[in-house]
Formats: sequence, structure tokens, C-alpha cells
Amino acid sequence: MMRDPQLYEFWPYQGRPKITWPNGARIAFWVAPNIEYYEFDPPQNPSRKPWARPNPDVLHYAQRDYGNRVGHWRMMEAMDKYGVRGSISLSVALCQHHPEIIQACVERDWEFFSHGIYNTRYCYGMDEAQERAIIEDALKTVMDATGQRIAGWLAPALTHTERTFDLLAEYGIKYTCDLFQDDQPQPIHVQQGRLISMPYSLEVNDVIAYNSYLMSPRRYGDILKMQFDQLYEEGAESGTVMCIPLHAYLVGHPHRVGPFADALKYITSHEDVWVTTAQEIADYYYAHYYADTCTLLGMTPGEART
Amino acid sequence: MTLPAEFLQYPWRRHGMDHDRYPFSNLFERKPAAWPEGAKVALWVVPALEFFPLNPSGKPFKAPGSMVTPYPDFRHYTTRDYGNRVGIYRIFKVLDELKIPASVAFNSVVAERYPALLEEVTRRGWEVIAHGVDMDALHYGGLDEAEEAGQIETALATLRAASGQPVTGWLSPAKSESFVTPDLLAARGVEYVCDWVNDDMPYAMQTSSATLYSMPHSTELSDRQILIDYHFSEDEYVEQVQDAFDCLYAEAADHGGRVLCLPVIPYISGLPYRIRALRRALEYVLGHEGVWPATGRDILTEWQRSQG
Repeated sequence: MMRDPQLYEFWPYQGRPKITWPNGARIAFWVAPNIEYYEFDPPQNPSRKPWARPNPDVLHYAQRDYGNRVGHWRMMEAMDKYGVRGSISLSVALCQHHPEIIQACVERDWEFFSHGIYNTRYCYGMDEAQERAIIEDALKTVMDATGQRIAGWLAPALTHTERTFDLLAEYGIKYTCDLFQDDQPQPIHVQQGRLISMPYSLEVNDVIAYNSYLMSPRRYGDILKMQFDQLYEEGAESGTVMCIPLHAYLVGHPHRVGPFADALKYITSHEDVWVTTAQEIADYYYAHYYADTCTLLGMTPGEART
Repeated sequence: MTLPAEFLQYPWRRHGMDHDRYPFSNLFERKPAAWPEGAKVALWVVPALEFFPLNPSGKPFKAPGSMVTPYPDFRHYTTRDYGNRVGIYRIFKVLDELKIPASVAFNSVVAERYPALLEEVTRRGWEVIAHGVDMDALHYGGLDEAEEAGQIETALATLRAASGQPVTGWLSPAKSESFVTPDLLAARGVEYVCDWVNDDMPYAMQTSSATLYSMPHSTELSDRQILIDYHFSEDEYVEQVQDAFDCLYAEAADHGGRVLCLPVIPYISGLPYRIRALRRALEYVLGHEGVWPATGRDILTEWQRSQG
């Protein structure tokens, strides 16, 4: 095991070259609904139980299923209302289980990236062939269902191996949402190809805010605005990224969707906000800042792989 | 390291669910429900009367509310019993004054130990929901099927005999089920189950015998979740109920009748400093036109009628 994963260079937040987003925007704003499928009776990974209770954990299974039957549609309506396209962190088996949801997102030109096959299948303990198999499965499944080539990755239930990022770059994945060291994109060390970290923020992730930090729905709406205010102010110096990671099984409840929608209204009412998707941020970053940043940090820029 | 091959095999990867209990269904594409007199929101209040043994087996886990300290945990035993002696009477009073009929979930042991509580419910004409035997008699994957069937029969027989009601609603202790719980329930005359928190409306479930209906008994808006698990204040409880109601009430205009379910635990909401919060939340809801306070059985009946 490694003491230091050596994924990236230390890079102080002060004094960085200025990032300017398209049309002079100072903040790139994206929303990442996690559209997940948790299995009723999954096999148990040796390192982690899928459910707190013995299978079938009906209570917690149903709690997740709420997101797909009910919550997703409320969350999507709020995003539609304020012109926000989602960048979906997708349990790709959802393409088989609920094509109805996939279709609604395709119609809205939302982006799909991979969040593994199921959120009850963890990567701990996978050998290289197994990890390649789930990446190839994700690429093929999403391509077949949507015509999109996935550009991003958020490991299922945030479970990784030491080789995850090398493999992602090898398969031409452009960005990872798995690393939380920064509020701006940053090149990641990989053996071949290229990869950047995309700010995703666990700190304003609804599941962390509600269930780890025990925030009320109204307080969650407030912290989204506060997060935005600060990143918006700093974006005048150099462009920042704000992401709201969501789970429809939480934010889509009747008592939670209102304060969330109110935060979207607040954020999108500002000038110089680039309301966009993760892939568009990644593409713009690669085109304008990636190579120079690598040079500045003493890294060798990787070549794009397709 | 290598994971077993099973871990990359997905036998249930198919259209719809990864089980056969119910099909996928988008709430917003269903036939609207119609409530009596064109009501927009059905208000379903569900107090639960529970017995927590002093010597729980904790098998396969301790139900929320179970004993905490080493034996004998008189502290939690009596704290829970407070709800059945004192707290529930505060809740009855609020519901009476606001003219709200309730569906009251009973562990059958409570009906045996405290018949006066069952009498309070039946004399008001409220509904009795079966809530298993007690809070240490859980239903779970791995429980012997005959033993589980026995638990269900004991709970239903006791509550039916004591209440004189058909008792067609079921709430499993801790909302814990085995793979066959819905089959066992439907075969014994249960018509609806409250354990599946995946919807805001009733829906039909398949079983090995009759159709069973899932009723939207909320966990997220339960007093336990908001006040105990999330540590929110009583004011925040009221706010969250208000916000939930506002959302459902607004949706009813386009999507038909909705259900606002408020599960209340007497040792939680029945405390002196909390009971007024429950009253305020209920008063807010009742302050709107088109609110139908109803029992689960009546909500299910009207829902079935409106679905044709």
C-alpha cells in the first residue's frame, strides 16, 4: 500500500495563472445528479457489505428506489425551470432497468458519465481484468443506450483500486470526479494518456449534507448559495468550478426540492455564470489551460486518446 | 486480489426492477388519484404503539428504539413505556381536537399488555394496523419461513380478536422484511403494507397469492427521522412538514390527489416540549382547503376506486 498516492502536484491556490471561462464567465456551474441503481439481493464484496441489514434490506432498498420512481422527476423539473442540464453520474445498468429515465435525460441533452455498473458493486479487490471489464461495460452500455461516449468517471460508491486512474486515462476518459483536492480542474499523474480532476465537491453533495452533516433542507439551500457566493467572488481573479452533486432519492422529497430549486434560481440569476456540463468544462480546460498547467507544474502533458 | 466471478455477473440486469414485486412506474405519468370532495391532499397520521423487551435478542439487529445499555436497561425501557402511558394520550387529545382520524400501528404485545390503549382506538372508530408482535420479533432474510408465518399469524390473530376489526394494514417492526414477507402477509388477509418507502402514493405489489398494496408510510417525514436521527429542532420539524405539504398540495393541481403521511412515535412526539410542534404542523395542514384527514384503509379504498 502507498503512503502517498502521488496523484497530483502540490499547487497553491494563490498566484495561479488566470482561468477565464467562455464569454468571460468567472464560474463554471454544473449539477451532477447521481442516478443510481442499488440491487435488491447483491453479492457481498469481501471488503464492504452492500446494505446495513441482511438482504433484502427492504427499507433502504426502497429508500433508493424512491429516487427513480418519484424524486428524479421533481429534481429534473426544478433543473428544467432554471435551464440547468445535468451531468449524470450513472449506474450504467440503469440503461437496462429504467430506459424511461435515460430517454428523458437524452431529450434534455444531459451528459452521462460512469458511476459503475450498480452502486452495490464495489471495486475493492478487483484485479486489472475485472476493472477493465467494468470500464468497457460502462463505455459500451452508455454508447448503446445514448450514443454518447462517456468522458467522465465517478467510481461506484467511491470505491477504487490503485490502478483506477491509469486505466481511466488509458480508455480515454477525460476527467475524474473522484478527487476532492481543489476548486479548479487539475492535471492528474497517469501512466499514459491524460486525465484531469473535475471539482465535484463532497462537501455540498446532498447525501453528505443531509445524512453526514445532518443539515436541514432549508440549510442545504442556504449553503449552496453561500458556496456559490464565495466561488463567484474568487472567480473574478481566476475562474472557479462549482458542482452540486445530487441524489434524487434525497433531494427529490417534497420537503427538500423547494430549497434546492430556490438555490438554482439564485445561482442562475447572476451574470457571468457558465451553466454547463462537466464534459464541456473538461474540453474547454484541455483546449486552453491543460498544456500550460502541465508545463508550469513540471508534468509532461499527455496526449488525448480516443 | 481478484473478486469472485459472481461479482461481475448481473443476472437481474433487465428492463424494470431486479425482483418481481412491482414494475417500474414514474409517479408523474400515472392516472391521477381522486379523493372525496375533490380534496388535494389526504392527511394520514400513523401513531405507533411499540413494546421494546428489556432483554432483546437483537436478532439480526436491534430495532430503532431498542435497549442500549448493558442489561438491565431500565432507562430506555421506561423511556419507551412513557410513550404508551403518557405521550400517546397527548397525541390522542391533539388528534381529537383537530378531528383527525388515525391509523394506529400496534405491536400485538401492546394490545395484550395494555388493552385500554386498543380500546381508545376502536371506540373512536380509528383503524388498527398490525405492527408485528413486538420490536424484537423482526422479519428478515434468513428467518425460518414457518417461524415468520407464526409471528404474522400471532400478530394478526391477536389484534383482530381484540379490536373486532379485519386489520388489513401491516407495518413490519423496523420496516424489516424477509424475501417472503409480502407473500405471507397477502395469504393471511393483509391488503396493504407500509414498509416500502419508494413512493408518495399507493401502488400494487405482486405476491404468491393476492395483490398486496404498498402504502406510502413515510420514513423521511417521521418524527424519529427528523427529531432523533437528524437532531432537528421542533421548529424545524414543523417547517419540514410545511414544506412537504406545500409541494404535495401544489402538485395535486396537475397530478391528482397526494398523500401526506406523518408517522408519530408517542415517546418522541408525545413529550411535553414536543406535542405543540405536532399540533402546529397539523394545524398548518388543516388550514388549507381540500385536505382530507383519513385512515390508511380509507385512502387505499378511495385510491382503488379512482384507479378504476
